Amino acid sequence: MADGYNKPIPIPQPESDYYWEGAKAGELRLRHCDDCNQAYFYPRNICPECGNNNTSWIVASGKAKVHTFAIVHRPPHPGFMDDLPYVPAIVELEEGPRMATQLINVTPEPEAISIDMQVKVVFESITDEISLPKFEPA
Amino acid sequence: MADGYNKPIPIPQPESDHYWEGAKAGELRLRKCDDCNKAYFYPRNICPDCGNNNTSWIVASGKAKVHTFAIVHRPPHPGFMDDLPYVPAIVELEEGPRMATQLVNVTPEPEAISIDMPVKVVFESITDEISLPKFEPA
Amino acid sequence: MPVMDRLKAISGSAAIVGVAESDRFGRTPDRGPMELHAEAGRNALADAGIDKSEVDGVFTSGGYSTYDIAEYMGIAPHFTDSTSVGGSSFVIHIAHAMAAIEAGYCEVALITYGQTGRSDRARGALNLYGVTPGLPNAQYEAPFGIIGPPIAYSMAANRYMHQYGEDRTREAMANVAVSTRKWANMNEKAHFYDTPMTFDEYHDSRWISWPFHLLDCCLVTDGGAAVVITSAERAKSTRKGGVAILGAAEGHDHAILHQMPDLTRTWGRNTGPQALEMAGVTHSDLDMAMIYDSFTYTVLVTLESLGFCGPGESPDFVANQRTAPGGDFALNTNGGGLSYAHPGSYGIFTVLEAVRQLRGETGERQLDDCKLAMAHGTGGLLSSTGTVVLGRE
Ligand SMILES: [Zn+2]
Ligand SMILES: [Zn+2]
Repeated sequence: MADGYNKPIPIPQPESDYYWEGAKAGELRLRHCDDCNQAYFYPRNICPECGNNNTSWIVASGKAKVHTFAIVHRPPHPGFMDDLPYVPAIVELEEGPRMATQLINVTPEPEAISIDMQVKVVFESITDEISLPKFEPA
Repeated sequence: MADGYNKPIPIPQPESDHYWEGAKAGELRLRKCDDCNKAYFYPRNICPDCGNNNTSWIVASGKAKVHTFAIVHRPPHPGFMDDLPYVPAIVELEEGPRMATQLVNVTPEPEAISIDMPVKVVFESITDEISLPKFEPA
Repeated sequence: MPVMDRLKAISGSAAIVGVAESDRFGRTPDRGPMELHAEAGRNALADAGIDKSEVDGVFTSGGYSTYDIAEYMGIAPHFTDSTSVGGSSFVIHIAHAMAAIEAGYCEVALITYGQTGRSDRARGALNLYGVTPGLPNAQYEAPFGIIGPPIAYSMAANRYMHQYGEDRTREAMANVAVSTRKWANMNEKAHFYDTPMTFDEYHDSRWISWPFHLLDCCLVTDGGAAVVITSAERAKSTRKGGVAILGAAEGHDHAILHQMPDLTRTWGRNTGPQALEMAGVTHSDLDMAMIYDSFTYTVLVTLESLGFCGPGESPDFVANQRTAPGGDFALNTNGGGLSYAHPGSYGIFTVLEAVRQLRGETGERQLDDCKLAMAHGTGGLLSSTGTVVLGRE
């Protein structure tokens, strides 16, 4: 674990083991419904659209555009104190689904970030098991 | 704190501060409704019978009789491992209300304990702030 | 107080049209609870022949709110109800669904359930000790080692034994354990399908919390279940037709054990008579009863509370294996929480079995000419109850 990392850490669950293994290996893995021919997020064995189990895993390109963001000036949790201001965001992946993330390598000012701007995934290792998918300008 | 005490410890709340202070001082304090002229347990500012706030504190005699008990052979929590078998109980206080407690100084066998047997309160200090009201044969 | 005339007016206005367990059942170390909810929900909709897109009312309980489950399943409902009063919640949801459908808030109601009690325990993930400091049990019961259902229910059972006789109560508890196991031996989905139980095995099983033996206590398994409800009118065009909801009642009279007014009477004393009166039937009209059997004692206290027999009479009521297959009184024909499944909150499974018996789908254990059934859930520490009376022409 990165020394002193004291933010919430995901605990992989039966349906997300493979997702987090992918993130650790530098892959953004998505669930895909082979009946609907559509990817979805977050990982579930059962397709949230049609309810079927005919689902598989794909590897996302990592390309996305910013759907929305904010710039946080008051920490919601002590672990984020030293990161202020930071930029939580929702991005829309090239494959369609949206996911929540953080934008990094951006200046945390409204003028420096724009909705629809192109971003790409980068993985930040926080423990031996977990890397978080964050996004930076493409 | 008694060394190694690892069972659940009550955290006094606004309505129970006075109760736990009493227990620490060796007094079993009860709430009493001055409209209903009746004691009740557990401590609440508002009478559970009539809903009025015309309530006060009294000091119970500490005399009670066993309403029911069990003899626990499998710990519900790791802290109780070394106490097995122990005897949780509900007692009926002389003043009327029932409360949950533990019987102490009894042989933890069905033959050695009987419902309706008279018991009296003893306080077991578990932290600097908290003593638990337990009951032993009177 | 409930207004009986109005309740009678909606009796039968809604029907259960789909029931199912999750595909994975019993032990599912690789499946989380939400997936079991979703799997069971999908299966129950398939049982009804109704598409997920038509679900407009969702109901759940037990660790997840309806918005968690609905999001997971891809459902955006117009009516939402996470009433959470322990294992009876899912029976109580049936009344709420009927009321919502009758009032026009929704037309297709989906109740889902999923828990992984067994695998949580294996994973060490079971948080039995997380007490909320502001809740009374954290101050007034847990510090004394009164934690979790087995201890609380055993304390209630001891009071019952004191009032009504230890030996006959013990024999009754043994009768319930053994008769329920016989039903499980006829249900291939049951955890103990292949394992019979003798009276000696019951009496010799180890103490958990005296007066409870291990075999007085329900199983700890993994599993999900779901129920689909719609209007009586629409039920006619579903795949299997409807099982009418004729009576329903709910409530509670305490949360923690020592606040229970009488350790030998549950709130079923109200919900049993109310549900039967609403349905316009009596105890003797029933062809079967499904009674939440978290413990053997739960069955005894519930039979009396519901009014099947008087206080202290349940040992006679269940004597001589009267509730076993072939007996006079069909009780817990799926094998119960004691021997079929108990992932944590069992109540919904009482409804599944009642519906299947009424439909004639239960194979070897099918009752003859089963037309009227009661399903009853108990939640918390004998705290809440929900009763439904279900019927089929
Ligand atoms: Zn799909
Ligand atoms: Zn009062």
